Amino acid sequence: MAMEMRLPVARKPLSERLGRDTKKHLVVPGDTITTDTGFMRGHGTYMGEEKLIASVAGSVERVNKLICVKALKTRYIGEVGDIVVGRITEVQQKRWKVETNSRLDSVLLLSSMNLPGGELRRRSAEDELAMRGYLQEGDLISAEVQAVFSDGAVSLHTRSLKYGKLGQGVLVQVSPSLVKRQKTHFHDLPCGASVILGNNGFIWIYPTPEHKEEEAGGFMANLEPVSLADREVISRLRNCIVSLVTQRMMLYDTSILYCYEASLPHQIKDILKPEIMEEIVMETRQRLLEQEG
Amino acid sequence: MKPYGFLAVPRCDSALPAKIRGSRARALPDRALVNCQYSSATFSTGERKRRPHGDRKSCEMGLQLRQTFEAAILTQLHPRSQIDIYVQVLQADGGTYAACVNAATLAVLDAGIPMRDFVCACSAGFVDGTALADLSHVEEAAGGPQLALALLPASGQIALLEMDARLHEDHLERVLEAAAQAARDVHTLLDLVVRQHVREASILLGD
Repeated sequence: MAMEMRLPVARKPLSERLGRDTKKHLVVPGDTITTDTGFMRGHGTYMGEEKLIASVAGSVERVNKLICVKALKTRYIGEVGDIVVGRITEVQQKRWKVETNSRLDSVLLLSSMNLPGGELRRRSAEDELAMRGYLQEGDLISAEVQAVFSDGAVSLHTRSLKYGKLGQGVLVQVSPSLVKRQKTHFHDLPCGASVILGNNGFIWIYPTPEHKEEEAGGFMANLEPVSLADREVISRLRNCIVSLVTQRMMLYDTSILYCYEASLPHQIKDILKPEIMEEIVMETRQRLLEQEG
Repeated sequence: MKPYGFLAVPRCDSALPAKIRGSRARALPDRALVNCQYSSATFSTGERKRRPHGDRKSCEMGLQLRQTFEAAILTQLHPRSQIDIYVQVLQADGGTYAACVNAATLAVLDAGIPMRDFVCACSAGFVDGTALADLSHVEEAAGGPQLALALLPASGQIALLEMDARLHEDHLERVLEAAAQAARDVHTLLDLVVRQHVREASILLGD
């Protein structure tokens, strides 16, 4: 049986190959951003001795009189209206605790969840007892952010038929800052799979359902076996997303699609090799530039 | 929960990876709880020695790390949550506390947790009338006074200063200065590396 052996070798940083520099003001904690007291301080900064000092490592963003520092990598910070993909960690009395890659666990109230069949009624004690029948620990759901509490915890709701328990597919966990904000986060890619780009950095890739089920209300997880062709498409998409994330590119439907097309000449398992990753992402970058320009 | 900030630091003296795991909803309603755990691999010292978790040295080191980082992390911004810092020493050749602090600083930075400043640490000692910075294991074992200093370089504030064994107060100034200078040198290096990393990421992400 042939085996491949790879040895570590020093690589040139990719930014050199791109040949451009950043125009942003980059800071590390302890750096003074400005001594001008006219500015309001935003996230990532703090006031110390009449100076505005950075508290995270990242780039300074200025909007009129507000200065904030956007960190390279943070936990997900919820905003109303965001689509998130989360995993149930606890079943509590009238709510579920959902892990969404944020600082505190998110909350899904029983009253914010659609009942099977789409009924509209007040949740009774029987509903409370049957909670585990709907969602258990370890289940994945897609939901929308309804509200954000004062300490940063996020309250979710699944009050639409497109949200609910997720069935078969692949989850990719990336940094939330790499997911681009768009009008819609549910995409049916032409290559044969569908993807949900959660704002919290959880990306769900699943086979495109044949027909949209209306009555299920997002509870019935489709457990039929997925065909090999679909599995290959999903694996390839997953590797493409991982390579885009390693090369720090923003994730949205166009970039994922271009990356998928650029990766077609290679075998699925080869996509994760560093040099092939760089090549594919470079091609994607070029195509995206051409498309914009 | 999977670790959020991660750092593997090979250094010539002591090598150790640091992990940040965090935030679970816990105790304090107005700020974050910082929890540090220190562990030492069996192969880290000259003799292979099994160190059970929760032994005195680990607990003490964990407590010192916690004090250091509570002073540096802006805990008011994360009420009701817990920040876990796990440090494991892979290779110990003196100055383990300092190496832990430096590694954990980078891990906390990587996780995006807001801090007042870098925390840079170094050990120092006093042998034959000379103040020595960054003691190796042999120098520590010699039994002279040893000082561990954790500094916030930009403001010059001291996060933690610890000394065991006796030292005449006339010499304290010199030893402290040696440790502070070494810590500032460490800061220069860490600063350079972090800026490079941020710059690289910023270029790749585009404007």
